[in-house]
Amino acid sequence: MRKELALQMRGITKRFGGILANDHVDLDVYRGEILAVLGENGCGKTTLMNMIAGIYYPDEGQILIDGKEVVIRSPKDAFDHKIGMVHQHFKLVDLFTAAENVILGMKQENRYNIREVTAEVAKITDRYGFRLEPTKKVYDLSVSEKQTVEIIKVLYRGADILILDEPTAVLTPQEITKLFDVLRRMKEDGKSVIIITHKLNEVLEVSDRVTILRRGKHIATVNTAETDEAQLTEMMVGRAVSLNIDRPEPYDPQLLLEVKDVTIRDAEGLLRLNRVSFDVYSGEILGIAGISGSGQKELLEAIYGLQKLEAGSVLFHPGKGSGKGGETVELSEKTSLEIQQMGVHLSFVPEDRLGMGLVGSMDITDNMMLRSYRSGRHGFLNRKEARKTANWIIRELEVSTPGTATPVSRLSGGNVQKILAGREIAQNPQILMMAYPVRGLDINSSYTIYQLMNLQKEKGVAVIFVGEDLDVLLALSDRIVVINGGVVTGIVDARTATKEEVGLLMTKTETERKEEAQ
Amino acid sequence: MSKTRHGEVKEPLIHLSKRTSIKPLQAWAIRLAAIALGMIVCGLVAFVLIDKLNQHPERIGDFYGAFIKGSFSTSRKFWKFLKNIAILLCISLALTPAFRMRFWNIGGEGQTLVSVLAAIAVAFYVGGTIPEWVLLILMLLAALAAGAIWALIPALFRAKWGTNETLFTLMMNYVATFLVSVFLVVWVPNGSASLPKQPYGKLPALGNDYLLIILVALLLAIGLYIYLNYTKQGFEINVVGESVRTARYIGINEKRVIIRTMILCGALCGLAGYLIAAGLDQTVTTESVGGQGFTGIMVSWLAKFNPLSMILTAGLIQLLDQGAAQISQDFDVSGAFPNVIVGIILFFIIGCEFFINYKIHFRGHHDRPYKGEEGVK
Repeated sequence: MRKELALQMRGITKRFGGILANDHVDLDVYRGEILAVLGENGCGKTTLMNMIAGIYYPDEGQILIDGKEVVIRSPKDAFDHKIGMVHQHFKLVDLFTAAENVILGMKQENRYNIREVTAEVAKITDRYGFRLEPTKKVYDLSVSEKQTVEIIKVLYRGADILILDEPTAVLTPQEITKLFDVLRRMKEDGKSVIIITHKLNEVLEVSDRVTILRRGKHIATVNTAETDEAQLTEMMVGRAVSLNIDRPEPYDPQLLLEVKDVTIRDAEGLLRLNRVSFDVYSGEILGIAGISGSGQKELLEAIYGLQKLEAGSVLFHPGKGSGKGGETVELSEKTSLEIQQMGVHLSFVPEDRLGMGLVGSMDITDNMMLRSYRSGRHGFLNRKEARKTANWIIRELEVSTPGTATPVSRLSGGNVQKILAGREIAQNPQILMMAYPVRGLDINSSYTIYQLMNLQKEKGVAVIFVGEDLDVLLALSDRIVVINGGVVTGIVDARTATKEEVGLLMTKTETERKEEAQ
Repeated sequence: MSKTRHGEVKEPLIHLSKRTSIKPLQAWAIRLAAIALGMIVCGLVAFVLIDKLNQHPERIGDFYGAFIKGSFSTSRKFWKFLKNIAILLCISLALTPAFRMRFWNIGGEGQTLVSVLAAIAVAFYVGGTIPEWVLLILMLLAALAAGAIWALIPALFRAKWGTNETLFTLMMNYVATFLVSVFLVVWVPNGSASLPKQPYGKLPALGNDYLLIILVALLLAIGLYIYLNYTKQGFEINVVGESVRTARYIGINEKRVIIRTMILCGALCGLAGYLIAAGLDQTVTTESVGGQGFTGIMVSWLAKFNPLSMILTAGLIQLLDQGAAQISQDFDVSGAFPNVIVGIILFFIIGCEFFINYKIHFRGHHDRPYKGEEGVK
């Protein structure tokens, strides 16, 4: 098949203040291909795509479509050139139906006729194998259906070049497979699909060619068939990285924490956790898998003492080593402060790092003090100790920062996470809870965090790890608790379970419910 | 398509970008430039509005000189200048802990006014029957308590029912004003509604009449700076202000911190009220605080809630105020003119923060660092 160039970028440069986001980047996209744009977080992938989609305007360089130079100053210009982008965060009106969202913002030649639109939307869904009812309201749609609406929106406007920004981040493995099928059908239809991602297995699975960016620069473009994970990683990171995650056997596991029938309702009275029970042992990494928003946040906050339980209990068994007589303590109905004061060392790295775990405007020392400021009898702060901890973390975890007096919000995502995780580990925890600890981190930082978790595990700490990447969960954890809609749908041995098994459990009740309804 | 060839492509004429950081020196240069610009605009406005200046343009020197003359020409004026700064500073400081907590207490006026009322009430009822020093202590306690209660009420409602503290504290100002009116009617039966100076309960002079007040304000600024930056309670205030969720996460009971801090704020307003009552006025009117509760908000904001910088910002505002008053006296203009002058200059001072936070790019001009980079390559 002869390949036709659809879009070319030549020497595209974009700066934000003093930061060079894209540095003379070249990119070619052909008709009828899937191009993956691969790179670590903050390497300029999204910025580059935003310039094709008319969100940003390049400082330098040219964009050519079908060999002719064009100017794309606004998303409307982009649509005129048949370019459409599906952003990471959906931009839909909840109260409208899927079809209404598709038509929203389009100029109508004649009178607005929702029935025609619905028919047209149905045609598109059939053609590419989407599953969507156009008359459903957006608030009734699942995350993957919402994504479908976004894609159809772009197709409806006649886009021939589709850009998808991290489309798999919110999907389960089964949904990802379906999405990839759809993308392949678009490709057969002659469309150009650009997918932005930092996940190597997806690149290898779906793309025809890969363009790798690193620190705003174009590193290489290779044919997917001629490359492998190791080579891609090396180009992405700039040096060879071992991708193996160690998993030592738990040493002398003791029952440390019992979560029993925990039930939680939110402020609106909706059930967030429904009779959740599981055990946690010392010296193990317990993974928690589930689609985001299935109750992971509530679960960790319940253990930590930030949520009021409607029913159930959280029992802590200190064991022999604690020197406290090994008495079992009930943690529910206690605040996090009371739990701390009882001598139970719970550490918690929350999902929202700068909104909850740290204070962005404060410097590293003061962020250390968030945990330790109460120490000492008198009313004055002791910054000396906190500064020591800060220096220890900067040294041990190789945080790149000008010093301890730098506000945390100025640091990169990876360094912010190192500071937070480091602080929590410095508490000498008995239980360490980490919610999405590597979200937004580059490969190097991610592996540093995995190593930290393994080190804690070897010290006999019980690590509870809420993750979203099933490959990592399966490689790192000893056991995995799968939750869906606030219900535990299964507890599996991570050494033997497969990705498909866990994926099914993640959506289990949903499918069951549908079967019952039919 | 020839129209859209690259050479003819129009970049937007101006676009803004947020600065990541700015050198302190550069920030101060921008601020000083803004004040200078504000002064020039003031001169132009004055030229249009003031007849005397219009007919005698050579008096423009006097116009600007008035800002110095207003505060420094005589030793009496200078002491008054310092005293005014001290009272304004006291009230501004009192508001600051709440602001650091992002609790928008705009009730400083009312909190100070009820404290003046409370102190004078003590002097009115028990003055002369007990030793003067006991009376002074009682007045102080009454003022502190009154201010604290006035601040505590909105804080309790906020903590319990989540009411809006801005509206609540604002309304409490009016309640305080009316409360003073009620007491004046009760205390002054002849209907003139102005209470004569109370003979008892006057703070001793420390060399100069105003020196004690000035020292108290300075000590308070230093004390509050230490409290907010170096104590556990101050740390809690900062954490609650930055993020309530973080506060909860580390086990701070944010309601307790709000209530505790508002009691402190109210009590500090009480101290300011005490200084007005026992140190200066010896009486109370609905205008005893004279809007300084509101001016204090500005002083606190301009200083970015830093107690030590507030000495400067309170000084600046006072300098403008007295200078503008001098102008209206020297040039025979209406009493509203000072407000115009102060308004213009504050507009420039506050407006220049935009240029400290954002950078403006014009078409065709590229960032200098980039050109340097290219040169190196």
